[in-house]
Amino acid sequence: MTQISLAKCKVDQLVKLCEEFGNQEGELINVLHKAQELVGYLPREVQEVIARQLNIPVSKVYGVVTFYSFFTMTPKGEHPISVCMGTACYVRGAEKVLDEFKRVLKINVGETTPDGKFSLTSLRCVGACGLAPVVLIGEKVYGRVTPGEVEKILKEFN
Amino acid sequence: MSYKMHVLVCGGTGCRASASQQIITRLEESLREKNLEDEVQVIATGCFGFCEKGPIVKIMPDNTFYVQVKPEDAEEIVNEHVIKGRKVERLLYKDPEKKEAVSDSKHMGFYKKQLRIALRNCGFINPENIEEYIARDGYSALAKCITELKPEEVIQEIKLSGLRGRGGGGFPTGLKWEFASKYQADQKYVVCNADEGDPGAFMDRSIMEGDPHSVIEAMAICGYSIGATKGLVYIRAEYPLAIQRLKIAIQQAKEYGLLGQNIFGTDFTFDIELRYGAGAFVCGEETALIHSMEGHRGEPTMKPPFPAESGYLNRPTNVNNVETLANIPAIIMKGANWFNKIGTERSKGTKVFALAGKINNVGLIEVPMGTTLREVIYEIGGGIKNDKKFKAVQTGGPSGGCLTEKHLDVPIDFDNLLASGSMMGSGGMIVMDEDDCMVSVAKFYLEFTVEESCGKCTPCRVGNKRLHEILDKITQGKGTMEDLDTLRNLSRVIKDTALCGLGQTSPNPVLSTIDNFYDEYLAHIKDKKCPAGKCKALLMYHIDPELCIGCGLCARNCPVDAIVGERKEPHFINTAKCIKCGACMEKCKFKAVSTR
Amino acid sequence: MENNITLKIDNREISVPKGTTILEAARELGIDIPTLCYMNLKDLCIKNAPASCRICVVEVEGRKNLAPSCATRCENNMVVRTNTMRVLNARRVVLELMLSDHPSDCLVCAKSGNCELQDTAIKLGIREIPFAGEKSEFKVDLSPSIRRDASKCIYCRRCEMMCNDVQTVGALGAVNRGFSSVVMPAFDEALIDSECTFCGQCVAVCPVGALTELSHTNRLINDLANPSKTVIVQTAPAVRAALGEEFGLPAGTSVTGKMVAALRQLGFAKVFDTDFAADLTIMEEGTELLGRLNAFLNGDKEVKLPIITSCCPGWVNFFEKQFPDLLDRPSSARSPQQMFGAIAKTYWAEKMGIKREDLIVVSVMPCLAKKFESERDEFKTNGDPDVNYSISTRELAALIKETNINFMQLPDEDFDAPLGESTGAAVIFGASGGVMEAALRTAYEIQTGKTLENVDFEGVRGIENLKEATIDVDGFELKVAVAHSLGTARKLMNELRAGTCKYHAIEVMACPGGCIGGGGQPFHHGDSARIKARAKALYTEDAEKSFRKSHENPYIVSLYEEFLGKPMSERAHHLLHTCYFNRGKEIIEQ
Repeated sequence: MTQISLAKCKVDQLVKLCEEFGNQEGELINVLHKAQELVGYLPREVQEVIARQLNIPVSKVYGVVTFYSFFTMTPKGEHPISVCMGTACYVRGAEKVLDEFKRVLKINVGETTPDGKFSLTSLRCVGACGLAPVVLIGEKVYGRVTPGEVEKILKEFN
Repeated sequence: MSYKMHVLVCGGTGCRASASQQIITRLEESLREKNLEDEVQVIATGCFGFCEKGPIVKIMPDNTFYVQVKPEDAEEIVNEHVIKGRKVERLLYKDPEKKEAVSDSKHMGFYKKQLRIALRNCGFINPENIEEYIARDGYSALAKCITELKPEEVIQEIKLSGLRGRGGGGFPTGLKWEFASKYQADQKYVVCNADEGDPGAFMDRSIMEGDPHSVIEAMAICGYSIGATKGLVYIRAEYPLAIQRLKIAIQQAKEYGLLGQNIFGTDFTFDIELRYGAGAFVCGEETALIHSMEGHRGEPTMKPPFPAESGYLNRPTNVNNVETLANIPAIIMKGANWFNKIGTERSKGTKVFALAGKINNVGLIEVPMGTTLREVIYEIGGGIKNDKKFKAVQTGGPSGGCLTEKHLDVPIDFDNLLASGSMMGSGGMIVMDEDDCMVSVAKFYLEFTVEESCGKCTPCRVGNKRLHEILDKITQGKGTMEDLDTLRNLSRVIKDTALCGLGQTSPNPVLSTIDNFYDEYLAHIKDKKCPAGKCKALLMYHIDPELCIGCGLCARNCPVDAIVGERKEPHFINTAKCIKCGACMEKCKFKAVSTR
Repeated sequence: MENNITLKIDNREISVPKGTTILEAARELGIDIPTLCYMNLKDLCIKNAPASCRICVVEVEGRKNLAPSCATRCENNMVVRTNTMRVLNARRVVLELMLSDHPSDCLVCAKSGNCELQDTAIKLGIREIPFAGEKSEFKVDLSPSIRRDASKCIYCRRCEMMCNDVQTVGALGAVNRGFSSVVMPAFDEALIDSECTFCGQCVAVCPVGALTELSHTNRLINDLANPSKTVIVQTAPAVRAALGEEFGLPAGTSVTGKMVAALRQLGFAKVFDTDFAADLTIMEEGTELLGRLNAFLNGDKEVKLPIITSCCPGWVNFFEKQFPDLLDRPSSARSPQQMFGAIAKTYWAEKMGIKREDLIVVSVMPCLAKKFESERDEFKTNGDPDVNYSISTRELAALIKETNINFMQLPDEDFDAPLGESTGAAVIFGASGGVMEAALRTAYEIQTGKTLENVDFEGVRGIENLKEATIDVDGFELKVAVAHSLGTARKLMNELRAGTCKYHAIEVMACPGGCIGGGGQPFHHGDSARIKARAKALYTEDAEKSFRKSHENPYIVSLYEEFLGKPMSERAHHLLHTCYFNRGKEIIEQ
């Protein structure tokens, strides 16, 4: 028998969440959105509980989680950094900015620093093309970022 | 309560990123201090479009258009403009040619050639107040449809208008509605595709943020026409503001009896729910979108059956995108014959474009179909940034292609763009200058497609990956002439065999750049040179000892300490250490750093 | 026909019923359009047509793009070309792309020679792969039954369809997207830790070498060469009905005699028959059925009905993992494979004076779950398994070929006594409905004391997923159901859970068609007629047998007399029955 352990309060919250959606298989994506809001990410244990509640194979849950880029199985950093890689930002040098974040933080896109402080993702067009290239750290928006400014920006969070 | 004056502040995502929310707070504080809060109302509107100059503040009724406003400017606006009636000169837009201030947006180059139908309310109303929408004829179109017109008459009107889908394919909207209306079922669905995924387009979000009721009204009209009582908006989870505004709008519409049971006292019932996308570009494809709404992986399936026959939960479903829907109420109110006089023979009405890249006026624009690229880029867009040379404009996002100088006078419409090797797509329009490498641009788009391919069919899953790898090889200076042939043949096969629209159009950036910039490919392959100086592997940074004064700024800014040199002596770049980030070149005040 | 549609394919006109695909119409004309993801087991209503591999594309006049023939319906006046330059080029490029993301280890791949990707590459004359680049690489997952090498997956999704739509097991599913898309268990966990039942239907349909059986052939060769071991073999009924296919014989050719001869030539000390144990199963399970039934008739409200068969190890895994609340419904009788092992290593070994540790019992099975079953702890004595290991029909065929045995020229030989004797009732165990029919033949006679004149229970035969029959047993209406495929079984179990189940006895086989369609059988390559033909071979052999009721098997009679006493005796319980475990996933709340 395979055993999966998860904190009881979390299980209860997830069970309640699934119930709010009528434990309907078709609500899987909505449930995952809410679960990610609740836990911060979607570790295996969370997926197992959701599969059990919606009465679907966990392979189906995992298949959906790995299909959509919004869902993540790794916890985000305390300050999640998103570099816009929309076309407008790209032609205004976003790639160099992203490279500089990777170099300074020594992590790749989709990873979190070992101290859990920063995580790095790239996203597609935040719609602030007038400010290109754009970097989001948490809720804060940085516009017209140059590679040279990256270290300075990161220092704000130290 | 009637206000004497309105201060409209852009509350779109771009301007909010530049602190427009604080501007509102400061304006309100200042007005309260002066006891003017009952006479002057501050309104957070949707996007004005002129994002380059954001945040935008507009004063009504005198139509004064302030640009690049900062929170600390609020007090001055209140003191000078509101109280003393004097315009704050320094915040007005300066015409770049005449060098003089322009206070009314009507006279700005950016707005002169625009015609706003889909964006008609964006920047004019408070999107969180249904009264303002109603005051601008909102929901009259719905009232007209369900109290005066038969469903088939509504469909006839839309057909006559010539409206075509704005999401990419350009399928006639009226025809689509007619198909959905013909199938009988216990339940039918109206779906609004708001999962905008084109990495350079944000018009759908701007409409939902600036004028959510127009989308709701149009969905209800569609529901009435095809016999559906349920509407679903499939919206990107990454659009929190649009989600919030739609939710508020739906709630208000319900309170006003414009959604729900017995709308306008008729038998017509219609409700709208939100469904969230989770980051998958392929869900722009309607069958994939429907699978995603059902809680599955967003993989497209073969058509037929079309969603009109068997869509969401196997019921007849009509899917339209946001911009398409935003046109509907205007068409109903002003008539198909008004709409079909705008535009070209086979593309009626207007199109919204997200104008971005190396252009002076970045922003969201709406122009009649048939406007030329030249008008868009030079008149509306104000020309190329920093007086660089225009090189190309990319339309249609990852499905489109790059157009050049020779296409500048082509009237923009669905068929002309297609004939020129690009496509309308959702309306991204990225302008590129002489510094942009077209091989890299093609690679950028392929990287996007590779990341966003659902993986279901072989040509898209493996083919695009291979296209990307070959392009990468070329940008590394390792390409061969055979690679060019392979790129071409593989591109054609992918277009010919891929399962859905994403795969069938994904090679367009490759084919159009090979067609239009063949010499640039040759330079990478034969001369191992990147003419635009973009491809790192083909670059060598170099400090000209004649120009270097030894200030050391470059060395201090080099992230890897690759620059050495004595103070006041010419510096040198250790090419083994150099990571080609370009920081030195950016910092050097003497143009001593160059690439070769 | 009124619904007929007329179209032209490669300049030949054809009329087909509405709804026919271009592929089907072309095949009717003898035009062999290659396919990969497409699979249609028509008789079993199992179809995979995601139109995703794009190998079967054709040119349809007036269309912008090429159309996948497997999923494009014929339309009136359609003009289709299957072999233009454009089509041939596209097909080649698509295949080259697929090959560019596939290991090039064909020479040593288990599926070499039986691989649909390889066949297609041969058909299209691929001589080089013009695309270099990244290849998808995954670690190999070895389970007791299945070897899973996702690096070879071509993403046809047949296994996913089988595992989810047909079997409703859900162990395998599509994961990731784009170039990293692959079919695998959740979290890339090992199959043994997943919901997998080892039914092997994923292996049965995999067109390439991504899913194959865990082979024991080398182990067997070693054991046969070891002079200190006595190696004996048992063969399941479904093997004889399919083995011939591997030697070019038409499906449905029974090769019992040649198979026995081949096994003897391979060096097995004794060639026995699992059918003997099948008869034994009927004695035990039939008695258990009657026990529960009579208790019920005597007013026992607690009695667990319906009784459900437990011969199929895939099914046992399924209910242990998915229905752990209903573990008291299946018969406690072990499967024939395990009954054989238990008797061989006790009764027969003692009789022959062979020490347990010197005796190796091998089984030849149409099944991959049998490999897992033989390793279960319940079936071991001091760590020594009753059945040491099981090889599949395919593995046996390969071994016969490797050892230079000319199968076609072999004489027909008979099984060894005593564990090689069987009745017709045991032979039909290999087809869906066979166990139920065999049980009915015996139970009826024991219950009524009358002789059953017509032993053919046609109502439980056939290829339908669910068969129902009502049998008059001396005035009592015995309601039975027969299900094959785990999806059908799930429906019945859900009814049982909901309290709406109306049957007294249910037979379940995990594989479509029963053991003849097992995961260890020669590959059907999408031809369901093969499975039907195998069933026919078994029913023919049954009809030709002198004994057709299990309790009439004289060796079974003497086994009880000499060793076991009577069915359900203490010794029988110890050797021939088992118990089941909750192997579902448990979420522990901390």
